[in-house]
Amino acid sequence: MKPVKTIGCEEALTHLLEYLDRELGAVKHREVERHLDICRSCFSRGEFEQRLKAKLREAGRETAGESFGERIKLLLRGF
Amino acid sequence: MSASMDRGVFEEQVTGLLDELLGAALRLAKNRHDAEDVVAEAVTKAWENRNSLKDPERFRPWIFRILTNTFLTDCRKTSARPTADVRLDDAAEPGGSFSLFEEIHQPFLLWWSNPEQEFLNKVLREDVERAVDALPEAFRAVVVLADLEGFSYQEIAGILDVPIGTVRSRLARARGVLQKALWEHAKEAGLTTSRTNTNEACHETSQDDRV
Repeated sequence: MKPVKTIGCEEALTHLLEYLDRELGAVKHREVERHLDICRSCFSRGEFEQRLKAKLREAGRETAGESFGERIKLLLRGF
Repeated sequence: MSASMDRGVFEEQVTGLLDELLGAALRLAKNRHDAEDVVAEAVTKAWENRNSLKDPERFRPWIFRILTNTFLTDCRKTSARPTADVRLDDAAEPGGSFSLFEEIHQPFLLWWSNPEQEFLNKVLREDVERAVDALPEAFRAVVVLADLEGFSYQEIAGILDVPIGTVRSRLARARGVLQKALWEHAKEAGLTTSRTNTNEACHETSQDDRV
């Protein structure tokens, strides 16, 4: 495997959210990962963004509930 | 949907996704009543257009596409959905490059305090909901699909029928605006105060600097 290129904070932060979303190509992903291994501040920011993402994910959780579930069930039975 | 998928399979799929569909609809429509109507209409449209799903494995992104389109195209007339912001993704958005972390982070406190983690500990679900709800429609959709529902950028591009580059840029700006809204709300609620030193948000260190 080729050695991972060293990147600076600016480049790492540019790609940080896509890194956390697992949307970077393999090479760029390793570069950001490597930077987070050696940069305490960017690592902290990564942790922060990750926790914020978890908070957002939590905000999307909803329970349909019995009444709405029944409405959809009736709708489906009518198809 | 393939012609062989019968009503029973369709019902099973919809029932399994109902919580997720409602969760997304609720953040898009901002209120439970409208959200339930959006889901019900999307389920009806999905059934009517079931032959448009070629790969049954792709049921989830397929029905979320229908859900999102139902909201965006059919339900804009209600008061919960402002129309003025529909095209603003093409314009510069104030707050689009805002970083909550850079506002809160205090490098000189690194070893004995962690204000950004303390901030997150204080942020309630309703604070996050309020910030998402305040996003312009085009931004709200990508945040809902990416951060709340966990779709990939490629899937979101398919759901919203936009290029993947648009998803990337819209999501980046949406997150900036969202973080700014959270920050403003936190300040108003007295959860935090702005730090004074903003020039040290990022410091590269070598492996040897780590303890």
